[in-house]
Formats: sequence, C-alpha cells, structure tokens
Amino acid sequence: MRYLFRRTLHALFLLFGVSLLTFLFSALTPGNYFDEMRLNPQISPETIAALRAQYQLDRPLPIRYIHWLNAVAHGQLGFSFAYNSPVGPLLWSRARNTLLLTITATLLAWLLALPLGVWSAAKFGRAPDRILSWTTAALMVVPDLVLALGLLILAVRTGWFPTGGLVSLSFDALSPLQKLRDLASHMALPVTALVLAALPMLVRHVRASVAEVLEAPFLRAALGHGISHRKLLYSYALRAAANPLISLFGFSVGTLLSGSLLVEVIMSWPGLGPLLLEAILARDFYVVIGGVLLSMIFLVGGNLFADLLLYWADPRIRTAASAK
Amino acid sequence: MTQHRKLARWLIVLAALHCVIVAAGFFAPYSPIEQDRDRPYLPPMRVHIIDAHGHFPFRPFFYPLRLRENSFDQYEEDPATAVPLRFFVHGASYRLLGVVPSHLHLFGAANARIYLLGTDAYGRDQLSRILFGGQVSLLAGLLGAGVTLLLGALIGLAAGYYGDWRDDLLMRAAELFLALPWLYLLFALRAFLPLAVSPLEAFLLVVVVIGMVGWARPARLVRGVVLSVKERDFVRAARGFGASDLYLLRRHILPETSSVLLTQAAILVPQFVLAEMTLSFLGLGVPEPVSSWGNLLASLQQYSVLVSYWWMYLPALAIIPFFLGYLGLASALQERSSPYKIDEKSSWTLS
Repeated sequence: MRYLFRRTLHALFLLFGVSLLTFLFSALTPGNYFDEMRLNPQISPETIAALRAQYQLDRPLPIRYIHWLNAVAHGQLGFSFAYNSPVGPLLWSRARNTLLLTITATLLAWLLALPLGVWSAAKFGRAPDRILSWTTAALMVVPDLVLALGLLILAVRTGWFPTGGLVSLSFDALSPLQKLRDLASHMALPVTALVLAALPMLVRHVRASVAEVLEAPFLRAALGHGISHRKLLYSYALRAAANPLISLFGFSVGTLLSGSLLVEVIMSWPGLGPLLLEAILARDFYVVIGGVLLSMIFLVGGNLFADLLLYWADPRIRTAASAK
Repeated sequence: MTQHRKLARWLIVLAALHCVIVAAGFFAPYSPIEQDRDRPYLPPMRVHIIDAHGHFPFRPFFYPLRLRENSFDQYEEDPATAVPLRFFVHGASYRLLGVVPSHLHLFGAANARIYLLGTDAYGRDQLSRILFGGQVSLLAGLLGAGVTLLLGALIGLAAGYYGDWRDDLLMRAAELFLALPWLYLLFALRAFLPLAVSPLEAFLLVVVVIGMVGWARPARLVRGVVLSVKERDFVRAARGFGASDLYLLRRHILPETSSVLLTQAAILVPQFVLAEMTLSFLGLGVPEPVSSWGNLLASLQQYSVLVSYWWMYLPALAIIPFFLGYLGLASALQERSSPYKIDEKSSWTLS
C-alpha cells in the first residue's frame, strides 16, 4: 500500500510540474488569441481590454496560475477563447475518442508482441527468429508518419476501409451490432497504423528479456522435471521476464499517445490531435495546456496501472514494500 | 574487426546518402521552385531503353506526356516523340553547398522537361523538391541533435559532477521531460512560439523546439557515466595534484562520455528529422515555397490529392534509407561500446 502511495505522490508531482512548465511557456508566448482582433477596425481597443479582463489575461502570471489551479481543482481546465466554452467538456469529448484508440492499440500491440516475442526467443537464432527479426527491423525503419499515410493511401485506393471520422453518417439508424461493426471498421485503419508503429520495439524487448531468462538454471531444472514447453515458456519464463516488460508497458502508453496524436490528424479521427492542432493555430492556449495535461494524466494512469501490475507480478516488490 | 567493418559500412552508406542531399543541385534536374503551370500533377514519367518498335537506341529516352483525349487530368505517353535523356547537362543555376555557383546537372533533356517523380499542384518537379527538401529536413535534424546533445551533456555533467541538490533538481526536471509524450511536448513548445514567420525563422524555431525536447535522456546517460568516472583513480589523482574542476571535466570526464554521446547522436538525428517532418506536415514548421520532407507531404491532407495523385506520397519514402542508415550506425556503435553484451534493448523511441 505504501508502495502505491509513493507512486501516486510521484505521479502528482509530475502532473504539477507539467502544469507549471506549460504555464510558464504560455507566459513567454508572443501574442495571444485577442491580438488578431486588434487588426479588426470594428472592434475597439476598449472591447479587447474588456475581453482580456474578462478572461483575466491582464493579471500577472502567478495569479493566473493560481486561478487556473483552482479551476482545475473544480474539474475545469480553463476557458477556450475560440470555442467560447469551458475547456473541460470540450477536451473530454475528444479525449474519449483518443482513449478508445490508444487503449485498443495498446492492448492489441501487447497481445501480438507477447506471443511473437516469446516464440522468437524460444527459436533464438534459428530461421523463425531470423525472419521475425528482419520483419521488425524493416518495420522499425518506417516511421509512423510514413506508415500512416501509406495505409491511408492504400485504403483510399482499395476502398476496403472507411477513411476518416469516428462512425458513418447513418450511425444512429443502425442496430447495436451494426453500430459496433461500423465503429470497428472506422477504427481499423488508425489502430493498424498505431500497432504496426509500436510493435517492432515491443517484440524486440519481449524477445530480449525472455531470451535472457531462458538461460536461467531454474528453467533447465523445470525442463528436466518434464514440464511442457508451452507451460515453461508462457507461465515460467514470461513471468520471470515480466519486470522490465511491465515498466515498458508504461512507456509504450506514452509512445502510443504521441503516435495517436499524429495518426488522428492524418486519418481525421475526432480525438485530441486535431483539436490541439486547431488550438495551436488559433493561439487558444488554455486548450493546449489542458490537452498536454490530459495526455499526462493518461500517461500517469498507464504508469500507475503498470505499477499495480508489477506489484501483483513481482513478489520482490511486494516483500520490499511490506518490509519497510 | 567485424565490428569495425560494420561501423565503417554504415558510415559509408550514410556518407553517400548525405552527399546526394548536399549536392541536391547537381542531382536535381530543375530548381525546386520553378513552376510549370501547364503541367500540374503530372504523373511520374517512365524512362525507356527499348522503343515501341523494338529498337535499341543506345541512349535511355522518355516519351513526353500529353493529355488523353476527352480528359482533363489523365495523361498518356506520346509515342511519336522520343526525347533522349542527356547526362551532365547545363540547366538552372544553383550554388553547391550554398557557395560554389554551378549549373551542371546530372541529367536533363533538350526540348522537353522530364519529371521522374511527377509534379505537384504548381507543376514543380517532385524529384528536385525532394532532394532540396532533404537539405532542410536533415539540417534541422542534425542541428536539433546538436543542440540536444550540448544541452544534455552540459546538464548531465553538472548534475553528475556537482551532485547534491543540483543533481536532484536537474534529474527531477529530466524525469518531467522524459515522462511527457514527446509529440505533446513538441506541440506545447511550438504552440507558444510565433506562428507567422519567414521560412528561415521558422527553420530556426523548429531547430530550437526539437533541440529542447530530447535533452533528458542524454543528460541522464551522461550523468551516469560522470558519476562512475569521477571516482576513478586517475581522476582522483589529477584532483590530488590540484587540477581545477573545469580541467577535470574537460580533460578527464568529458572524453569518457563520448561513446554515449555518439550513440545518442545516431539515435537522435533520425528522430529529429522525423520531428521536423511531423511539424512541417502539420503546418507548424518550415512553410512554402521552401520545401522540406514534411511540407511536401502536407498536400496529402486533401482528400482529392490522396485519391488521385499517389506520387505525392513519394517524399515520405525518402526518409527510409536515412532511418535504416542511422539505425544501423546506432546498433554498430552500441556493439562497439559494449562488445561482450549486445544490447538489444536499444531504446529507439524518445518517450
């Protein structure tokens, strides 16, 4: 329990740091949303000053930060100038879609990477391992931008998958089962891009850590006892190799969040990516800060989940934590 | 021995690739901003060796494209006029390395224009734009990596050498930067910098933004090396002889971090080239009319381009050989620095 408490504290510290950092950067910004209005002769300087006062842009930075922290504590993330609405709900509706994409991609990538990596480690140095290594190396040199655009062109030219959007226009008229299928077909392309971009690194890590464990004496002993290969690999070796992999899990969430930002823009998936891009172009900086903070919250969530997994999977951490 | 050979091989590959980009003016048949308004979105032309009658004219040639009858965007080859491809021709003038004026081009044609990779919306030659765009993207990546390594080395040295609260503070900051998903960080940094700027300013902005994103990992690695090196006997001895901090850092400690920094450089450069591509692709980087690998792809955000003009995707493929080269170099460097244990866990992503 203490272990978890410590990890949560650490996470909170990270969140606080990120919010402070982004706020500081925003203070250094030359120009803001209302600067564009100055060019418009129909808007008087008084109006702009009043607007600035309304959004408290005329206050000094520390006061703005405290105000904003206060708003965050009440579940709001500031106010969007461009949308003229609180940032919280705005971000949340988009963040749901990003989460849908990221969580699906994370699960799928790991579900593929674990058996592939273990299999590759079991055949270490032989033909299947070689082929897999070459495949992952080939995938590794194709960056996510190139991969996503390529998939998109493929989809457009073959017409196999819908391109862009979350659901079809006729979504409301569909039966629940059709709705699911519709959503899945829209998700197929972005999820494929994300999984393919994340997979090679995951497979290589799984292979490396399992291959390391496979040389351990306890596995030879288990083999001598006549325990089946499959059980040996997936139940014994994988468990012993789990520690670095679970840390990697937290990492992979971050990679996938970044990847999904780009993939969303490319495939016009209505997630955080397009919203953030718009906000940057419109100098709507509370939305940017909120978006960055939200991504951090997801990441911290992923890391906490990884910590929980580690606590469950690694007896050393449990005993170390209870011994204190 | 084989390790050295491997390293040399990758270095040669990379040097050749970079030479092509540096000498873009020579390899590109036209200027990257020269427009051919009559031929927008011309598909890539094919170079032939054997003509329609089965003859072999000893010189590669191509057929100029013409509009298909009753069509306004479908092109076909015109088999009546074969235009021979000429090598080492005089054409648009350019400056090699930005200094040496020249107008020699590797290939070209006399009476017609050749577009090996097609043209874009303004009829500009894609091949030329890709080659010249590579200069922008690669330079951004290299400079960005330079800034990052400088920052990382300085911070890592300071944290590792001086220790105490400085170490704590710097490493907590590094954790912060490591924890953020890097694209979000890139976005956040870019968001708070001016948007409408000239291409040169935009380029410098991109370099600064990219350079500030990645310092945390090299800083941590350098710090680790410094922590172990500063307790080594030769460093203690030098200190005993009265060497100053600056002398110790420069003479004994910095050289020990070189292999870590080199490996990091090989890992960071392609990532930063990709970062530049991503920013420019999204319209936050280097703007038109200057080409970069990223903004060449920006037109693919239009559905019509995506559907009809597949060759607009070709600039994306330009980065792949560079990725391959740098990946190979990074793994060769890693093998060299730890010859007994091949570290396959090389972290290939920033976050």
